[in-house]
Amino acid sequence: MGNRTEKKISIRELSDREYFYGHKACPGCGGSLALRLALKVLGERSYAVVPAGCMSAVSFIFPQMAFTCNAIISTFPGTASMLSGVAAGARALGIKDFHAVGFAGDGGTADIGLQALSGAIDRHDKIIYICYDNEAYMNTGVQKSGLTPLGARTTTSPAGKRLRGAFTQKKPMFEIVAAHGIDYAATASVGYPMDYLRKLEYASRVEGTSYIHVFAPCPVGWGYETAETIALAKNAVDCGLWYLAEFSDGKFTLNHNPGEFSSLRDYLFGQSRFIHLQEEDVNTIISERDAKWANIHRAWRFS
Amino acid sequence: MLEQKAFLSGNEAVAAAVRLARPHVIAAYPITPQTTVIERLAEMVEEQSLKAEYLHVESEHSALSACIGASAVGARTFTASSSQGLLYMAECLHYASGGRFPVVMMNANRSLALPWNIYGDQRDSLSLLDCGWIQAYAEDAQESFDLIIQAYAIAEHPDVLTPMMINLDGFVITHTYELVSLPAQQDVDAFLPPFQTTNKMDLDHPMSLGFTAGPAFNQSFKQLQHLAMMAAVTVIDEVEARFRQFFGRHYPGLLETMHCNDAEFILVTLGSVAGTVRPVIEKLRSLGERVGFVRIRYMRPFPDAEIRKALAGSKAVGVLEKDISFGFEGTVFTNVNSALMRTKVVPPRLRNFIGGLGGKDIAAADIEQIFERMKSTDDGESVEFI
Repeated sequence: MGNRTEKKISIRELSDREYFYGHKACPGCGGSLALRLALKVLGERSYAVVPAGCMSAVSFIFPQMAFTCNAIISTFPGTASMLSGVAAGARALGIKDFHAVGFAGDGGTADIGLQALSGAIDRHDKIIYICYDNEAYMNTGVQKSGLTPLGARTTTSPAGKRLRGAFTQKKPMFEIVAAHGIDYAATASVGYPMDYLRKLEYASRVEGTSYIHVFAPCPVGWGYETAETIALAKNAVDCGLWYLAEFSDGKFTLNHNPGEFSSLRDYLFGQSRFIHLQEEDVNTIISERDAKWANIHRAWRFS
Repeated sequence: MLEQKAFLSGNEAVAAAVRLARPHVIAAYPITPQTTVIERLAEMVEEQSLKAEYLHVESEHSALSACIGASAVGARTFTASSSQGLLYMAECLHYASGGRFPVVMMNANRSLALPWNIYGDQRDSLSLLDCGWIQAYAEDAQESFDLIIQAYAIAEHPDVLTPMMINLDGFVITHTYELVSLPAQQDVDAFLPPFQTTNKMDLDHPMSLGFTAGPAFNQSFKQLQHLAMMAAVTVIDEVEARFRQFFGRHYPGLLETMHCNDAEFILVTLGSVAGTVRPVIEKLRSLGERVGFVRIRYMRPFPDAEIRKALAGSKAVGVLEKDISFGFEGTVFTNVNSALMRTKVVPPRLRNFIGGLGGKDIAAADIEQIFERMKSTDDGESVEFI
């Protein structure tokens, strides 16, 4: 591990430079905010690797490129393996003080990209892997991914008479990468930008693999007004469906204890993807949330 | 010139050549019969006789994806695979060539499942002819060694910038030992300077690579890719001429001919089976038969004009290959046939012989039988299995 001293990021010190700008993402896109903020922290000596998905589709349309740092689209399954190659190549060429940073969506991470990510973590490659989680394959038109939450309606998990949206829970990606003994992992939300920025700054100093899973709402796929992205990203944490945590040195730490949860019903029914849910579905979601939090209180440290 | 000889398998010869080519990054995943290449390279990296980053990736897809990433920052790269592994890389094969990343790969030609089979045929690489890679086929360990050294010079040439796959018949070349001449490091360094490219992510001059190009631009990129592959024809000649100056060994370009000038019956093939064909040709020649032989060395770029020239004036041509495009004919035959159709002088009879699938032995007697079949004037089957 590198220098473990905490360095507080202040908004005033955050760079005015834009490294991801002029792209064609939808209004209110949480994912594009996650990229923009991350690159402000990581800076111009970054190699950004972005797989097939929303963020590459909106930013690499020849001849209009939206990254002002080095950037490349990887194959859909190949974010982590390409990152490893970029880092190894740069290291072998004697290039110093660079960041190899990947930005993959939830499907690109938890489904098709999981194997390559596992390999990179196993090698402790010095890369920063950021999963912007908008909870479905948004680029292809809102199909269910391994990180689509229980009950969410997508175009491949329709809400009908028999099934009421997705019938599986989100894969626990944070715990999956932690189980590898990853050097640093964190969860974040674009609704809590200071927490996200601090984790990015920390990841930039880790001598090994970092994984940041940032919750990034999508107005198109979730069905809400574009101005509400930040509020929803905050509400997801406040109502306990998402959490802000870190993993390092083999220990989990909760960074933000919401105490009393805000209304989970308000969070769900503010989005058209959950509008079909019935009382028993909401109760299932609540009980699964509470079980998760019971485990967090039992096993994790609190910062 | 300081040269030494060593008794090496084809795979070991490839590893020795890769060491001398000084790649920055090696990423590989094991598959029979490729394994001994990446084992030798791992040992070289361990003992520091090769200073490279060695990535133990979790799949062939990641092996090539990592090589593309490394190439995208300007690093020289190497990977090796075979059969199922090569197919698992398929997406990345197109990606490397489309992005103009001159990765060099060794492929140990091996059959494809099902049924499972680890032995050599060429269905793996030939089914991927259209992935935009330069494809060369070696006949023996020395040529495998020489092709690896040449591959970096060809693939990295600014007019080409196209990845290159060196194919070795599984086991027959990969695991057979021969005396191989190994040039000295300083001579290889002089022949093969470090990789220089502008097609890379540069911290001083940031670039976006691997981008999207819509209908208005996409075809132009594909056209450039085609032209680059065609430019390789000239570059291969130049590199072979320079190689001869440096190391003395001469290679004849995209294909090799034997007694084709006055031959009535010509057999066209590729890879290690050439070693079986040569003595048969000499034997039949000594009996007064006007037979000839063409060994295709490069399937891409395809030796279009060379094929026409070599086969002009013959009465019959047979193409012997270790693959088949089910429902039609052998892929090499299709290519040879297409090249011939561009000339007004097509040999009267063309026959396609399929053999060696899943490692089935092709013996000298089979080759003699093939020449007998070529003499026959019956229409026969469109493909004949031997």
